[in-house]
Amino acid sequence: MTVESSAARKPRRTAAGKAGTAGDTTGAAGTKRTTRSTAGKGTDPELVQLLTPEGKRVKNAEYDAYVAGITPDELRGLYRDMVLTRRFDAEATALQRQGELGLWASLLGQEAAQIGSGRATREDDYVFPTYREHGVAWCRGVDPTNLLGMFRGVNNGGWDPNSNNFHLYTIVIGSQTLHATGYAMGIAKDGADSAVIAYFGDGASSQGDVAESFTFSAVYNAPVVFFCQNNQWAISEPTERQTRVPLYQRAQGYGFPGVRVDGNDVLACLAVTKWALERARNGEGPTLVEAYTYRMGAHTTSDDPSRYRGDEERLAWEAKDPILRLRRYLEASNHTDEGFFAELEAESETLGRRVREAVRAMPDPDHFAIFENAYADGHALVDEERAQFAAYQASFAEEGGH
Amino acid sequence: MAEKMAMAKAINESLRRALDADPKVLVMGEDVGKLGGVFRVTDGLQKDFGESRVIDTPLAESGIVGTAIGLALRGYRPVVEIQFDGFVFPAYDQIVTQLAKMHARSLGKVKLPVVVRIPYGGGIGAVEHHSESPEALFAHVAGLKVVSPSNSSDAYWMMQQAIQSDDPIIYFEPKRRYWDKAEVDPEAIPAPLHKARVVREGTDLTLAAYGPMVKLCHEAADAAAEEGKSLEVLDLRSVSPLDFDAVQASVEKTRRLVVVHEAPVFFGSGAEIAARITERCFYHLEAPVLRVGGYHAPYPPARLEEEYLPDLDRVLDAVDRSLAY
Repeated sequence: MTVESSAARKPRRTAAGKAGTAGDTTGAAGTKRTTRSTAGKGTDPELVQLLTPEGKRVKNAEYDAYVAGITPDELRGLYRDMVLTRRFDAEATALQRQGELGLWASLLGQEAAQIGSGRATREDDYVFPTYREHGVAWCRGVDPTNLLGMFRGVNNGGWDPNSNNFHLYTIVIGSQTLHATGYAMGIAKDGADSAVIAYFGDGASSQGDVAESFTFSAVYNAPVVFFCQNNQWAISEPTERQTRVPLYQRAQGYGFPGVRVDGNDVLACLAVTKWALERARNGEGPTLVEAYTYRMGAHTTSDDPSRYRGDEERLAWEAKDPILRLRRYLEASNHTDEGFFAELEAESETLGRRVREAVRAMPDPDHFAIFENAYADGHALVDEERAQFAAYQASFAEEGGH
Repeated sequence: MAEKMAMAKAINESLRRALDADPKVLVMGEDVGKLGGVFRVTDGLQKDFGESRVIDTPLAESGIVGTAIGLALRGYRPVVEIQFDGFVFPAYDQIVTQLAKMHARSLGKVKLPVVVRIPYGGGIGAVEHHSESPEALFAHVAGLKVVSPSNSSDAYWMMQQAIQSDDPIIYFEPKRRYWDKAEVDPEAIPAPLHKARVVREGTDLTLAAYGPMVKLCHEAADAAAEEGKSLEVLDLRSVSPLDFDAVQASVEKTRRLVVVHEAPVFFGSGAEIAARITERCFYHLEAPVLRVGGYHAPYPPARLEEEYLPDLDRVLDAVDRSLAY
């Protein structure tokens, strides 16, 4: 995979490509940051930000290079990605409320973190998500309706991970960071220049597997980017219940750089992730990116945030809305007109309708799916139980159906 | 050409053959490289195949299995070593929730050909967490296969087959048999991985065992023969899937069954065998299926393990009880 495919996707890579030509800047920037981050500058969070909540572009000496060549068209693309992802998410939430989905984990508020980082990946990179990365899935080209099967209860996965290099959602918190690390170790063994990105949340940072993935990736210099979306809440537990130091500083103890980026700033997320992925490709090992963001909705549709947090907090974060921020910037830069927004609105509605119809049309799985794929090479007990099950099912037909 | 070798050496030779045959095969674990493993099972492999094929890992079992999953997703075939049975539990989550399930969750798109080697069982005078037999905990989990060789030849061939399997396989090595020697023929045509084998013919009662207890059952059959009893010994070889057809065939002949394993009897593999054989052979059985194994107690300190582990007398006592029905 893919010299050709990455070349084919050149437009999306323009920004990083330019930074690459400045090239040595890339390396130099990387090195500089390593020094800074691992040295740790006290506990004050340093938030990498390229767009203020008011939509003003601010300069950043270290990361501007990674989005320097971004075109208005690409900026509109990021906006479109965020809007459509939010629309999809809202539709899924509504479908859960209507009883069409058993559960939904909303990404509301985290669109910039996911679209920015997702668009930073190359086709031959591999993504290991948790269960909330609907925006990253979108960037990887996974049809959003595929994400809904497990929430509707018709399967436990629903897509071929290798079709888009987007692994299945992982429910057990933090497990996938080790899979990502192992996969990255494999890339290094293969001598490929692909990279891996592993998503997890602030809650997962407490898990042993995440710590072990930091250890393994550092020891083997694995080309993996750990992308932690610190959305402030692990169900009802605030980040202070997971850590007493800013999360990005964790990396220091493992010997690789950690960066905190404004997770509601899609440009900053794009730039920082591109930088981290390039480090990985250049053989410089893992990076921890902490996207400082906010889960505006509930943990899942089963959750009730009103029991553990007040409205003021949410209102404060709504003022930093990632979509609004980019819209302000686009408008101030004269990159859009009313036609753009109207077309996008229509596209959103089409997407919502498509998702709704697709969910309702999802057939229940065949009864025998219980036994399918339990094993790759078969298992005598499974064969025996499948036969018993078949006989049992057939008995209803013989009796004329119950 | 057949050669007599200790079981540890047979596994070493088997790993060597697999590493040689397929560049995607990797050996990973704590101390498996320079040291050759605490039991020297991987002795010399890193020297011959290099650090990128035979990988000394950080001391983190979940990390070992979790990264092996990632490597398998990338197309590698990792053989990981858990240093001792009692240390597998930090990795249990990765094995049960990830390794076992990913093939099914991906609707068959993902295969995880990972072998998890676990030296297991007691009888070597070790400290706690170094002598346990947790095979039933793994056999209970759909998606995993569980095997345990009892001799050098099986150890050699079952490892070849485990590595070639596209399913994750938990490969329990009976550590107290590591130094027992037997013939290994690298040119042989091996028996299927999950088939049991009658290793001693008999007519009065069947002793079914796997791994470390097969040898004990042989000894019990020898002792019983002196008393004029003819015991059949069945080496199950695979705990999941378990070859119930072979057990049934033997029981239909002998009409009596005693299952012997080191693990606690309660909810153990013997319980599963007893239940299924009772279903299959109810009218053939002259006695209830009896079990000999560990107690429902933590594995005891070394000075007490001979009391805890099945021994010749406990097996023969069960034989007598069965024959008394």
